[in-house]
Amino acid sequence: MIYFDNAATSWPKPPCVVEAMMHFMAEVGANPGRSGHRLAVEAARVVYGAREAVAQVLNAPDPLRVVFGANATEGLNLALHGLLRPGDHVITSSMEHNSVMRPLRVLARNGVELTVVGCSPQGILDPDDLERAIRPTTRMIALIHASNVTGTVLPIAEAGHIAREHDTLFLVDAAQTAGAYPIDVHADAIDLLAFSGHKSLYGPMGTGGLVIGDRVDVARLTPLKQGGTGSRSEHEEQPGFLPDVCESGTPNAVGLAGLAAGARWVMARGVEGIRAHQMALTEELLRGLESITGVTIYGPRDAQRQTATVSFTIAGMETSEAGLRLDDDYGIMCRVGLHCAPAAHRTLGTFPAGTVRFGLGGFSSTEEVATAVDAIAALARKAS
Amino acid sequence: MSGDSYSVILVHSTSHAMRIEKLLGERGVACKMIPVPRQISSDCGVCIRILQQDVEPARRAVAAAIEIQGIVPIQGGLR
Repeated sequence: MIYFDNAATSWPKPPCVVEAMMHFMAEVGANPGRSGHRLAVEAARVVYGAREAVAQVLNAPDPLRVVFGANATEGLNLALHGLLRPGDHVITSSMEHNSVMRPLRVLARNGVELTVVGCSPQGILDPDDLERAIRPTTRMIALIHASNVTGTVLPIAEAGHIAREHDTLFLVDAAQTAGAYPIDVHADAIDLLAFSGHKSLYGPMGTGGLVIGDRVDVARLTPLKQGGTGSRSEHEEQPGFLPDVCESGTPNAVGLAGLAAGARWVMARGVEGIRAHQMALTEELLRGLESITGVTIYGPRDAQRQTATVSFTIAGMETSEAGLRLDDDYGIMCRVGLHCAPAAHRTLGTFPAGTVRFGLGGFSSTEEVATAVDAIAALARKAS
Repeated sequence: MSGDSYSVILVHSTSHAMRIEKLLGERGVACKMIPVPRQISSDCGVCIRILQQDVEPARRAVAAAIEIQGIVPIQGGLR
């Protein structure tokens, strides 16, 4: 069995993640920040530990500006719906996932002006195109860090500095990169960074969130929901400080226990080390697939310029058929079709047929890559 | 220890309390998380209890890192 669907969620998880969650359920279990007894305080420590661990992986200066939610999508929605107002202009790329594109389409119907900057057929964004799109009313640049379809890495450091020069906010969708690719919120001038907890940070599903930089005026940030926070209980108004303003309701504390363990596991291995391992495997996969007649690879086809996600098609075989055969005949699990990113597929020329996507992860191996390449070669021969 | 006198650091958020607990721990200032005394505030959250003699070191440790509501003395019953 080969799990090549890490771009959707990482699996397996490091044993320490499972252990941390079991420990929380068996030994802690109380509601963090809602009471002052020892288990509630211990639960609050666990949640705070997750803030620190995530901040450290991302080089975010303040753990209290790490806001947790259900996933990266919630973090992105908080940033977009929470800060953009009618009359504001926002710029994004044509490689975005629907977690950015769909909120932006709703906002555009309600008076926010939207510019989608085109990327090359490999998904590459030219920072000059970004800068040319800036207007006096531009309030935000929102970019995916790396495409979930092709792994193409976008130039976020350049974009961050363009945003800073033009005094506009910079939002990064790091769902595919947090933990797998070096990120420096501080150095790259990132004002808002949405992360997934269950992908390359190796936490469980149901964890993610948003890092909020100090250029973001929290008084102007409208939370997605209001409710109990365990603070200011005497007031019927939502508190105005982070992280409470954005974290109403009982959090997924058991999930965050797992996320803390996962993020610490990432730090122990080092993001650079994880990246080097995945880059080597990606290179092997790319060279293997390139040698097969009938296989077309999308994206940069260069491990230096992409994450460990590779999209391709096989001539004469629908992607759905390829996915079924890979699972049934070879035990290889991957994702096929459109990957919640229609704009990206139009950019790449793979709309509406989609692609076969291999998402390698921290536990993928050279042997698995070789087996998968052989399987694709066999499928390509049958299809021709 | 029953003769010791205490103050509590009042904070905006439980997350802030967790940060202060770590900061004080790193500086060797003993502290304990307790429910906010009802006489001080009707807030349902926690605060950080410290020895009266540690008030100034604690204030210095916290000052640069985080905004607090204040440090107030407490009398008896919450040891």
